[in-house]
Amino acid sequence: MMTFNIGRRALMASAVAVLGFATPAMADGHKILDSIHFLIPGGAGGGWDGTARGTGEALTTAGLVGSASYENMSGGGGGKAIGYLIENADSNHGTLMVNSTPIVIRSLTGVFPHNFRDLTLVSGTIGDYAAMVVGKDSPINSMDDLIAAYDADPSATAIGGGSVPGGMDHLVAAMVMEAAGKDALGVKYIPYDAGGNAMAALLSGEIAALSTGFSEAVDLANAGEVKIIGVTSADRVPAAPDAMTMMEQGIDTTFVNWRGFFAAPGLPDDKLAMYQDAIAQMYDTAEWEDVRARNGWVNIHNSGGDFQTFLEEQETVIGDLMKKLGFL
Amino acid sequence: MLEGLLIGLETALSLQNLLMVIGGCLIGTFIGMLPGLGPMSIIAIMIPVAISIGDASAALILLAGVYYGAIFGGSTSSILLNAPGVAGTVASSFDGYPLARQGKAGKALTIAAIASFAGGTIGAILLMIFAPALSSVALLFHSAEYFALMVVGLSAIAAFAGTGQIAKAMIMTILGLIMATVGEGALFNLPRFTMGIMDLQSGFGFITLAMAMFALPEALFLVLKPKTLKAGESEITELRITRAEAKAIAPVIGRQSLQGFFIGVLPGAGATIASFLGYAVERNIAPKDEQEQFGKGSIKGLAAPETANNAACTGSFVPLLTLGIPGSGTTAILLGALIALNVSPGPRLMIDEPQIFWAVIMSMFIGNLVLLILNLPLIPYIAKVLAIPRNYLIPFILFFTLMGAYIGQNNATELLLLIGFGICATALKFADYPLAPLLIGFILGGMMEDNFARSMQLYDGVAFIWERPMTLGLLVIALILIILPSYRARRAKYHASGVADGS
Repeated sequence: MMTFNIGRRALMASAVAVLGFATPAMADGHKILDSIHFLIPGGAGGGWDGTARGTGEALTTAGLVGSASYENMSGGGGGKAIGYLIENADSNHGTLMVNSTPIVIRSLTGVFPHNFRDLTLVSGTIGDYAAMVVGKDSPINSMDDLIAAYDADPSATAIGGGSVPGGMDHLVAAMVMEAAGKDALGVKYIPYDAGGNAMAALLSGEIAALSTGFSEAVDLANAGEVKIIGVTSADRVPAAPDAMTMMEQGIDTTFVNWRGFFAAPGLPDDKLAMYQDAIAQMYDTAEWEDVRARNGWVNIHNSGGDFQTFLEEQETVIGDLMKKLGFL
Repeated sequence: MLEGLLIGLETALSLQNLLMVIGGCLIGTFIGMLPGLGPMSIIAIMIPVAISIGDASAALILLAGVYYGAIFGGSTSSILLNAPGVAGTVASSFDGYPLARQGKAGKALTIAAIASFAGGTIGAILLMIFAPALSSVALLFHSAEYFALMVVGLSAIAAFAGTGQIAKAMIMTILGLIMATVGEGALFNLPRFTMGIMDLQSGFGFITLAMAMFALPEALFLVLKPKTLKAGESEITELRITRAEAKAIAPVIGRQSLQGFFIGVLPGAGATIASFLGYAVERNIAPKDEQEQFGKGSIKGLAAPETANNAACTGSFVPLLTLGIPGSGTTAILLGALIALNVSPGPRLMIDEPQIFWAVIMSMFIGNLVLLILNLPLIPYIAKVLAIPRNYLIPFILFFTLMGAYIGQNNATELLLLIGFGICATALKFADYPLAPLLIGFILGGMMEDNFARSMQLYDGVAFIWERPMTLGLLVIALILIILPSYRARRAKYHASGVADGS
């Protein structure tokens, strides 16, 4: 098993080197780690993949880490990689696994038997707010209008999203309606298999509103194709200063879809501190700013204990809501 | 428009950009031949390289070269080894592989190259002229119509329901539809039929199943029945297409460029549906004697899906460029690349940054042209793969197959599934069950179910079938496409066997 792993990693590393990822570290004397192996619980090209590769790129080009290698391990909606990291904890001290909000949601639903407490929490690094979006020609201009339309005819006011029922987009829609004093169970949620298809359905008039990631909607909103009627951030987001927050409209709810890194259980404290240090220093580098801006990510840094508090809070809120909706 | 074209040409014809497109085409073709690495993953791999170039036009031109190269490379493995690496080239193997088996590999590859070129180029012309006008077409279809469109696509199985095979083809289709239900669908947050196995949670992998149904049984068949292969069969004859053949496929290419392009414009359909529909439609309108050839090495049956999938890939740029909506996985990744290059696609793109729009269009023309120029001379060498002695070829196919299933997911369970299904498929093949309908059912099944369930939810029942005229129309077409061939086959049989048996 071990030799197999090494072979696989060597292969990945060489592939990476050929493709020009592993730019030689500019040894500025502030190198913190020699190498990081990123474990990506999904296939190439997804959000997790982009986060891990982007972070690795910033860390290595900034000279904080000597080299980075990447391994995609999909299966079980991320559960396979989590299981692998826990089962092979001792040989994986050099590994960081990327994950995001679904680790909380999916452990709650029991899709996989582990949860974030079984892992060593390193840092939450980036995030994206959620947004309610309507088409440009829609008579709906604010959350009040949407709620009025929902009251008038709940069955004709379908809200779409890019996740399964009980997934993130659905929970956000339910959370918002719940906070607005409506019955979250009555919301007609229509699931699409990808954000792009959900957006097309919104523009074609199949659904009345779309629950989606803020970054997925902001470009179309700036182009005048859609209107963002509510953002789940505490304050307005600079990228779309006209988009009102939910709080402003009297809907007391906030939500962040975070992405961050986990390590194997039982990771020695000094090693953990090194990872956290490297990530913390990364935020001040121009290389990270490049990667971040290119991907439209929002810096939301939670390290160690803060990360744990953050995750536990999110788990409580989402867990309560899912119980209410009958998903648990 | 002329001005725009000139701007585009000027950008595209610089030495640096020409090198980009040539390099992109070569990389795309060679990586694209590996099953498991479709255009989507190759583009994802190439994006950091493209972005580091910095110049948006050059990056797009490189990516366009990679994209078209990957599509063509994918057809190559379908035709030569019966190993379709992406769903869009499954239909190409229906007739491409039989052609290759008949020693016409060179001809098949030439047809594929020409059909791809024509589909891509005609698609680019349509894109150039109609892109702004078509943005409304992209939004014409709701889930109900997508469901109906998938049903029409499913009628492609009729091609495998030859005389006496109808029941077998139906059984295989239903088996495929059943297999598509395994795992978490888009509609339930709980796994179905996974028997508690975590690796099945996201369902069976397309590539695993494609390799298990097509490539693996083929290799095992060669091992188990070595005598069926005549000595001279692996010899490659007929590299070129004759004038008569060119004449025969020209109208197919013309029709499928248009049809494929319009299907590609719909964000929920894409190249796979376009290729199946193209195959089904061309088979149905072909004269009776040519219809018999479909599935056994018809040049029309190869030209149709090859043209349609390329035209559809080009069509999928309409919603991307005019609305900023990615209609497929590949365009979703391209959208990411565009945004990274500070270009935001959408209705303002043509007004704010016309040079980008024209650079994309020009890169399509040049990508297609360079691909044709590069590949036509290479075809004899690529086709020589089949001339490798079988002792070496079979292990090579097996390696290729196993690697394809493993490489995308890095999950060893896929290998076990591949071998398990591969053995079942080989047994079915011996029993003369057609395997293609199973794969068609599997590919379309998931999308069909999702769209059907969404429509049910939106209309609180099945009312959408008669309330939406377009849905009804498409379903009627599907019914005709399914019933007509079997009716014709039955009548032919009836006539052939005389009036006596009356069945």
